[in-house]
Amino acid sequence: MRAYNQKAWFFVLPVLLLVAFNALIPIMTVVNYSVQETFGDNVFFWQGLDWFEQLLRSDRFHAALGRQFLFTGLILLIEVPLGVAVALSMPRKGIWVPVCLVTMALPMLIPWNVVGAMWNIFTLPDIGLLGYFFNNILSISYNMTQDPLAAWITIVTMDVWHWTSLVVLLSYAGLVSIPDDYYRAARIDGASNFSVFRYIQLPKMKTVLTIAILLRFMDSFNIYTEPFVLTGGGPGNSTTLLSIDLVKIALGQFDLGPAAAMSLIYFAITLLVSWVFYSVMNNQPKEG
Amino acid sequence: MAKISLSHLKHSYEPNPKGPEDYALKEINLDWQDGGAYALLGPSGCGKSTLLNIISGLLIPSEGKILFDDRDVTALSPDQRNIAQVFQFPVIYDTMTVYDNLAFPLRNRGVDETTVKRRVSDIAAMLEVEDILARRASGLSPDNKQKISMGRGLVRDDVNVVMFDEPLTVIDPHLKWKLRSKLKELHHRVNATMIYVTHDQTEALTFADRVVVMDEGQVVQIGTPVELFERPEHTFVGHFIGSPGMNIIPCLVEDGAAKFLDQFIDLEGPIKTGGSANCEIGIRPEFVSFGESTLRGTVMKVSDIGRHKVVEVMLGEYKIASIVEDIAPQRGENIGVVFQKSQTRIYRDGWLATEKAS
Repeated sequence: MRAYNQKAWFFVLPVLLLVAFNALIPIMTVVNYSVQETFGDNVFFWQGLDWFEQLLRSDRFHAALGRQFLFTGLILLIEVPLGVAVALSMPRKGIWVPVCLVTMALPMLIPWNVVGAMWNIFTLPDIGLLGYFFNNILSISYNMTQDPLAAWITIVTMDVWHWTSLVVLLSYAGLVSIPDDYYRAARIDGASNFSVFRYIQLPKMKTVLTIAILLRFMDSFNIYTEPFVLTGGGPGNSTTLLSIDLVKIALGQFDLGPAAAMSLIYFAITLLVSWVFYSVMNNQPKEG
Repeated sequence: MAKISLSHLKHSYEPNPKGPEDYALKEINLDWQDGGAYALLGPSGCGKSTLLNIISGLLIPSEGKILFDDRDVTALSPDQRNIAQVFQFPVIYDTMTVYDNLAFPLRNRGVDETTVKRRVSDIAAMLEVEDILARRASGLSPDNKQKISMGRGLVRDDVNVVMFDEPLTVIDPHLKWKLRSKLKELHHRVNATMIYVTHDQTEALTFADRVVVMDEGQVVQIGTPVELFERPEHTFVGHFIGSPGMNIIPCLVEDGAAKFLDQFIDLEGPIKTGGSANCEIGIRPEFVSFGESTLRGTVMKVSDIGRHKVVEVMLGEYKIASIVEDIAPQRGENIGVVFQKSQTRIYRDGWLATEKAS
């Protein structure tokens, strides 16, 4: 038998502590809340899995989850193709490259609550630049504070404005890494522009696009600040996304147990979708 | 298939070239015969890739014309010229199979699937890649990737010329030899004009029937490998081809005779008329031997490079290299140096200035 040196465990300790304080302990407190009921005064009662059951049967949760998937789906459908298209039309060389890159990065540098506030003021029907322009000059009725459709168009547009740049920059990074010889060879092979995109550019962008889509999925699925500042979840509940609903339950109604249960389910969905997506993207046939 | 002529071709990457130093290519007039195997040899930055890209249509020359069989193609794009080009780094379409890669140029031109199948099978057989046709191209080894790149160039039967831009750079040394002989064999089978760009003299001399040597945007000499070796028309060619390169030593020209270190040197033939300034003697190390001579020098270094030995001798302040097959002199020895008369030439301003003895 070989004698093992058990001292090595000590080297794992710092990481273990970091992960514990960073992730495990906070999550466990949430788990703790999710199975209990409290009426304040730090008094708790055991509740089992009731909150989870109640939540999964609740129409309110179903509606918020539906809105959340609709929002994320819409912005992915718009931002990914738009981002790729913008990246394709950006110059690869010359003085316009830094100009384009900085312009693209600007929206991402603005704090999220400022983005929400900006768009709120911009789109207010009576005083906002855009709102006033639509209502009084184009005579198109547009009121995001009262009309759910207008509210949806506004939050989706805002997110597209704020985050398409991320897809653009990542796609662009993928595009500039393609050697000129590929384009030359394709021209000599008589490839059409579409073929160049399909067989050269898209495959080379695949890795960065996977990352871009994953990031956009996670960020948009967890989005809170911007729509909260812009519409506050209204009109009615029409733009109440999952996170906004969660904060309402946790802080507005102070229902810690249901809110904790909802957090865990929310987290599980995000994790599951990301994992499924990542596995699918990486499980394409590989050459041995 | 076509004869390719370059007429008064010049190219500059500057928008407004002023002097000759702004030109990457200075005035080139050149004919490539149909079906020939050519090498374009020159150091890095001499303009050979520029010339290649102009022939393929990836670059439009600033001045001059390119003719394919007397048809002016200067303004045509690469796909209209029916040419093929293989690049330094293999270009393959990662997501396609090897078969689809080879079929790609044909399908883009609307060739029917039966013909595609026949051509691809032919090419795959020639390149010996039949067993990997169904595999995805992304996981192949570099030499197989480069074979596929070549295959895409050769698969069309209407190509005027196939151009190779240093195609063996990324290939392992032991596979280089194999691929090079494969190329030579392919040339015999497909019979297309081939232009092979390289800075490696061995590659150029083994592949080509005729070698075009370029330096600083100019064609310095065109000839068979033997001609380039035996009678370089410019000191650059003498120096660039051969290992070690030609010995170039300054000399005085007086009354049609050459003097070096106050001694008359016998030449292959009479010196062409012209000035007596900037004259140099050129002789290859292969033709320098040791024996009875009034030219005497000290042996500085003897390097054994396998087949033969390279001896460096100081003649006055000039170093002369000599290749000896048998027993070499010792270092420090004072020795007589003999130049073989028929291989000793004068170069004036870099250009050959002796006539061949009749």
